[in-house]
Amino acid sequence: MIPGSYFFILSVILFILGVIAFFVKRDLITQFLSIEVMLNAGNLAFIAFARALNSLHGQVIVFFIITVAAAEAAVGLAIILLIFRQKKTIKSEDMNLMKG
Amino acid sequence: MAYFLFFLLAIVCVGAVLGMIFSRNQAYNALLLVLAFAALGGIFGLLSAPFIAVVQIIIYAGAIMVLFIFVIMMINLREGILPEKKKWTIYLSAALALILIVELILAARGSFQALTGPGGEEIASPKALGKLLFTEYLYPFEITSILIIAALVGAIILVKKKEEE
Repeated sequence: MIPGSYFFILSVILFILGVIAFFVKRDLITQFLSIEVMLNAGNLAFIAFARALNSLHGQVIVFFIITVAAAEAAVGLAIILLIFRQKKTIKSEDMNLMKG
Repeated sequence: MAYFLFFLLAIVCVGAVLGMIFSRNQAYNALLLVLAFAALGGIFGLLSAPFIAVVQIIIYAGAIMVLFIFVIMMINLREGILPEKKKWTIYLSAALALILIVELILAARGSFQALTGPGGEEIASPKALGKLLFTEYLYPFEITSILIIAALVGAIILVKKKEEE
């Protein structure tokens, strides 16, 4: 049996890669994709702990996280589409309406 | 065998996310993430969570990424987005990410004891999961349905074009 710490290390690596992608990339859609990567890293940590602690509750939480992520993707993509219609750009640097 | 599968899937997953960082084409980014999420579904299967593995592949690698690809097609930028001109933000983010990884490992060091514990070897059957979902987690489950309805209506209202103007 593979020790749970391997999975935990993999989840940490994925989360860090998601953070790096979020800060390096400049378009809204790729930044949104990197948020999904971070969510999945969290899911992986949940399932690793669920197996190590021999409980099903972690898997139920992951089920809810996936559902909420689907809802979040729908609303977020609608907002991105709306921004693109109004400003004709999806670069995050151009979102400066609130800049003083 | 299990170790081989784990390392294969882990390398595919991390490699796909790295490819997303270095690629400039949004459609390739989304397709690389489909690969990463499918590999992650395999890893969930290795963790004796077959139901979550299937849900991961159907909903994440299937439905959500199809949604992303649809939006990428609708936006349809001819030339990719140019990378950041200022190089120092990339170096700064890499340095901060290194600090964050050390912090995360240090913070979770105490829980490694729990992770190397005996662990449940038996397969978490969908039957047991469903029973838990419809008894103990019934209330959150119903609230989730309201959340999805709200998100659906919100997305439609946001994107709808106004007829009168």
